Formats: sequence, structure tokens, C-alpha cells
Amino acid sequence: MGVEEKLGNLGVVTTTLESVMNWSRTRAMWPMLFGLACCAIEMMAAEGAHYDMSRFGMELMRPSPRQSDLMIVAGRVSRKMAPVLRRLYDQMPEPKWVIAMGDCASCGGVFNNYAVVAGVDEVVPVDVYIAGCPPRPEALIHGILTLYDKVNQQRIKVKA
Amino acid sequence: MTQLQEVSVEEIKHLVSERALQGDTVLLNMGPQHPSTHGVLRLLLELDGEIVVNCIPDIGFLHTGIEKNMEAKNYAQAEVMTDRLDYLNTVGNNLAYSMAVEKLVGLDVPVRAQAIRVILVELQRIASHLIWLGTTGLDVAAMSTFLYCFREREAIMDILEMCSGQRMMTTFIRPGGLWRDVPVEFEAAVREFIKVFPRRVDEYEALLSRNPLFLDRTLGIGKVTAEQALNLGMTGPPLRATGVNWDLRKTRPYSGYEQYDFLVPTRSEGDVYARYIVRIEELRQSLKIVEQALNKLPLGPVRSNHHKFVPPPRSEIGVSMEALIHHFKLWTEGFSAPKGAVYSAVESPRGELSFYIVSDGGPKPYRVHVRTPSYDNLQALPHMAKGVLVADLVAIIGSVDIVLGDVDR
Amino acid sequence: MQPELEPILQDLKNTFSARVSEFCGDVCVNIDAEKIVTACQKLRDKLGFTLLSTMTAVDLWPAENPRFNILYQFTSVTANLSLGVMVDIPGTDPSLPTITGVFQNANWRERELWDLFGIKFEGHPDMRRIMMPADWEGHPLRKDYPLGYEEPQFTFNYKEIDLRKPYAKE
Repeated sequence: MGVEEKLGNLGVVTTTLESVMNWSRTRAMWPMLFGLACCAIEMMAAEGAHYDMSRFGMELMRPSPRQSDLMIVAGRVSRKMAPVLRRLYDQMPEPKWVIAMGDCASCGGVFNNYAVVAGVDEVVPVDVYIAGCPPRPEALIHGILTLYDKVNQQRIKVKA
Repeated sequence: MTQLQEVSVEEIKHLVSERALQGDTVLLNMGPQHPSTHGVLRLLLELDGEIVVNCIPDIGFLHTGIEKNMEAKNYAQAEVMTDRLDYLNTVGNNLAYSMAVEKLVGLDVPVRAQAIRVILVELQRIASHLIWLGTTGLDVAAMSTFLYCFREREAIMDILEMCSGQRMMTTFIRPGGLWRDVPVEFEAAVREFIKVFPRRVDEYEALLSRNPLFLDRTLGIGKVTAEQALNLGMTGPPLRATGVNWDLRKTRPYSGYEQYDFLVPTRSEGDVYARYIVRIEELRQSLKIVEQALNKLPLGPVRSNHHKFVPPPRSEIGVSMEALIHHFKLWTEGFSAPKGAVYSAVESPRGELSFYIVSDGGPKPYRVHVRTPSYDNLQALPHMAKGVLVADLVAIIGSVDIVLGDVDR
Repeated sequence: MQPELEPILQDLKNTFSARVSEFCGDVCVNIDAEKIVTACQKLRDKLGFTLLSTMTAVDLWPAENPRFNILYQFTSVTANLSLGVMVDIPGTDPSLPTITGVFQNANWRERELWDLFGIKFEGHPDMRRIMMPADWEGHPLRKDYPLGYEEPQFTFNYKEIDLRKPYAKE
């Protein structure tokens, strides 16, 4: 993370701007309440007291897309819901990330028919896919930590 | 596909009152993504200030085409899809489907399998009611119930995982019995749960039942009379809260329910508070059933012997030629059911859940129709929601206990 | 078959010339399409079947006449009886009179049958699609409608499917 401990007793911390930016983004990422089906129940269980997600700063699940940075698409996306999903994604402010939780959101899952969109990456760009039907709460937490690794590697892009 | 459609008032003119067309009332969209609609339900509200004049539900945002997809799979594969219908009552869905297939084909189920089925289904009923209680508490802003209820549910999920390896979509109950026998730790875990749970239910009641804030929000809200409820097709706790004593576990007992002694709670007011009390009582009665079934658990096989339909145990395949042939036939093509149609109903935590399976003699079902309780219970929502405040509407939706997987299939 | 059902079936046979059939303990009565509304009214008011449990359809394509079997399943809460009523309709321009005036929960059930099977109900107050989006074409649960099966992506065809899969852009 670039922190230099040598000057610890002086109380001075030097680091790069990117590390601070990524650190602050990961420590309080607010997910948007987008539970659709069965995976939503496991997401709620992950928020419960047993598998606590508020350790990761995700205690607050914001229903409004304007106030959230992470969209966890939990559950199967039907064809009627796909435009709604896209509109909500467009309403989220940058920086935003998407986790496709579960088999149905990643690839269509058990369902291979006219009604389910086979993989939510046809509608929004996805950062992390979590497998499982439904994934255990620990799997969801592992997915979130993987997303944190991804965020920590982001660089500041200089717009030319 | 990713284009949203603009719907003008013209298309729903026949559903809204005159005042909307003149601009006197506001048409508000309580959209598919909303924290209080318990899933992807879209409600079009016609509001006069804060009062709901009309409420038009729009469903189909979770439509998965399960009924059509089941026609493309054979009977054993189609059961996997039944878990995903009402995802809070997964074990109950498996039971409903297995019973329909057993009725169609004429399979017997050994007594040990029936008793274990009852234990698992009642535990699932408790888990489903706990989630209802937690989310209802969250809707009326009693947030601590949410955390407490999920704590109990974890104990039940551990029991299900111990039996089948999966917390939610277990597919443990299969036509002809169970997948396999329960492990040795099962009895100790269930007894531990039985010991701990009654005090927890008392805690939940102490939190909410006499709480003046809760009573203010639920007493007298969303009333339905018994005739209206029956005409609207409601079943389950909303119907029992209006005074009709209709519970399929008592009136048409299945899977050995006639041996267990339990009460069916009913109330007569038909409002949100009555439904709350009915479900809290059902938690206690379900625990009573689990205890009796566990005490009386008989020994014996857990699968039917009829190997034309039920796979033989793996240990037999190495020594018996018939077992190998049956296993091969069941795994490649699947069993063929006789031609005809059956209708088989069970009592899910939400109401009457039934399967209508039409068979044409082949290995795949010709048509499967699932009668899900939340579909009819949700139709009653506009009738209950006329003239209430928006905050009351949230309490009413919570009390009907809909699961959108059930509604949209 | 339960003995209490006998007089009811006799009544239906006399009034509506119904054909009775039974399979695995389920009793089903076959009635003509024009008489369904009066039959439902009689079942609700005089014979005690106050709950319409479900309404569904079976598509018998490629048979044209009848093509659809519509099943109405009634439950009597007071007498603990269950009865199915079946109506056959042909495939060209399938339609039935609505029973929303008799049982209110038939409202959404009939909308679902219109959406998924294409069966129109005359006199229905709100004949719109319910499960599929409003601009969807076709009726998915008919037998001549394809399942919509997509080819799964295995390792041997990974690249070809990857090229044609519509990934979303930012």
C-alpha cells in the first residue's frame, strides 16, 4: 500500500494518491439493494449477524441508485427486468462496480429459455462473477474481497 | 431489448379513476426496485395526497418460464427447477412436486421418509415465517427483529446443509422418498433447536405484539372478510386470519400429518395484526410437530423399492445386474409416467401450493402447471389497499407475505 | 372418489350434460364452452364450491380441434371437496367467456392465459399481457413456440460463442 513506516514516530504518513483513493473507495462501498430472487435471501443472510457484511463497510444498503457505488445483481434477470436494470445502472454515479452474484446472473444458471437473460453481462459490464446457486454468504464475501483487490489495483486515468 | 417502454395514461385508463385523467390525483410508480416491495413488484399507485385511491400491481419482472422449461426435462431433472419457484419454501416445493409425481405413477413412500419429510418441511415453514417476520419488522422500522430472525434461520440452514449439502436449493425430497438417510448428527441438532426456539418466539412476541407502535400500524389496516377472501382465491394465513379454518395439513392430510397433534390458528378480524398473530402461532405449532415427529421417528428404508422409478442404492449396483440396468435407464432416459393428469396440493407457508402435471406417457411431463399461493394472494392487494396511507400499504404488502418467485414463476 | 361428490356430479350431468372422468382419485367434469359461466355460478352459489383454486390450459398442438383444454379447479371449503372442470376449445381464434364476475381471482388467471397461450376472454375488464413485456410477440407456452434454448459455452466452442455474445458496453 505504499505506507512508509520509517517516520512513524513523527506521525507522518506518505503514500500515493492512488492508494488513498482506492483505500477509501473500498472501505465504505455502499451496495444498492438489487436483490431479485433467491440469491437476495443469501445476500440478506450475509448482512445478518452471522456473516456480518458491515465489517466491510457495507452495512447500509441504499435503495436509491444515486447514493450507491456497488450493484450486486442477485438473482435471475428476466427479459422484462433487463431494461430496468440498465436504467438503474445508468443512474449510478461514477465510480461504480457490478457484482454478478449467483449462477443466473453470471450465465443464466439452471434456466435456458425465452424468459431469462443468459448472464447479466449482456446488459451491464460486470466486474466480479460469483458462482453458486445460491452462493453461500461466505462466497459473497469472498467475491467482495476479490472486488476490493481489483479496486486496489486501479490506476488514476489521465484524460488526455 | 434494453429499451424501456413509455406507458401513457391512455393504456391504463380503464383502471384508474376519473380524477387521475383530470390531474387531480397523482400516478406514482412504486417501481420494481424498491426496498419494501419484497422483490421485483411494480405497483402503480394513484395517490390523493398521501392516501392511496387505487393500486395496480404489475408483475412479470421475475418470470422465468419454469413451466415451459420443465416440459423439456425428464421428471427427475424437472425437480431441480421446483426449488426455485418459491425460494423461501424450497423443501416444501420439492415435497409438492414429489407428491404429484408419486400420485401420477403410484409410488409408495416408506414411513421413515414420510416422518423426515414432515420434519424438514416444518423446519422450512419456521424458516420462511422467520424471514417474513424479519422483513415485516424492517418495513415497520423494527430493525432488530431482522437480525434476530436471521440468527434462528442460520440454525435451520445448518440442519438442511447437514442433510443435503446445500443451504437453500436442497432437492432432498425426491419422488419415492428422500435422496439419502439423514446423518447421525441430525437428531442432536434438531433437539438443540427445539430446546432453544420457544424462548426465542417469546422474545419476538415481546418485541412486537404489545408494542403500541406496532399496534398502531397494524390494527384495523387492510381488512378482508371471509367471503371476499374466498372469492379472491386467498389461501393460507391470510385466509385463516379471516376466520375460515382451512389448512390442507388437517383437511387433506398427506405424508403422515394425521398422526401429529397440532392446532390450526385462526383469527376473525382479517387485518394485518390478525395475520401477524396467525403466523406467530404457526411458528409454535410447527415446532410442536417437529418435536412429535422426531420422537416418533421410525426406523426403516428412506426410499421406495420400486426401482423402475426410484434409483437403487449405489451399493447394490456393483452386485446386482437389475440394479445396474435400472440405474442406467433412469439416468439416461428417465422413467415414463402413465398417460393422464393429476392435481396434488400441499400447504406451503403462504397457502395452497399445488402441481397439475399432465403426462402423455413419455419420460418428460407434457405440461406442468404450478398453482402458487402468492399469485392469488397478491390479487387481493388492490381490494385491501383502497383508502389507506402509503405507509399502511407497505405494512399490508408485508402482511400478505408474497414471494415474487411464486407469483411470476 | 368421495361419496359426497356423487349428487353434485349427477346434478352437473343433468343440467349441463357434463362428461365425468376420474384418474388417480381426481374427478374431472367436461363441459361445453358456452355453458361455463352458468356452471361456475351454480358451483359457487348452490353447490358450495366457493374457492377457485386455479385455472390453467394445456396445449394439444398439433391437434387443431380441440387444441386447448382449459381446466378450472374448484375447492369446496365447507364440504372439503375438490372438482376439476375441463373445457375444450379449438385452435383457430380461441376464446371463452370470462368468469371474473363470478370469481374475482379469475382476473389475473385469464390474463395469464391470454399472455402465455393466446386465449381471449370476452368481457374481461383488463385484457393485457401480465408476465411478458407489453411489446412481446407470440404466446410462449404454446407448443409451437420455441423454448429459446441457447447453446452452452463449453471449452471447445468458447471462442465462437464469445464472439457472438452481446456483451454490454459502458
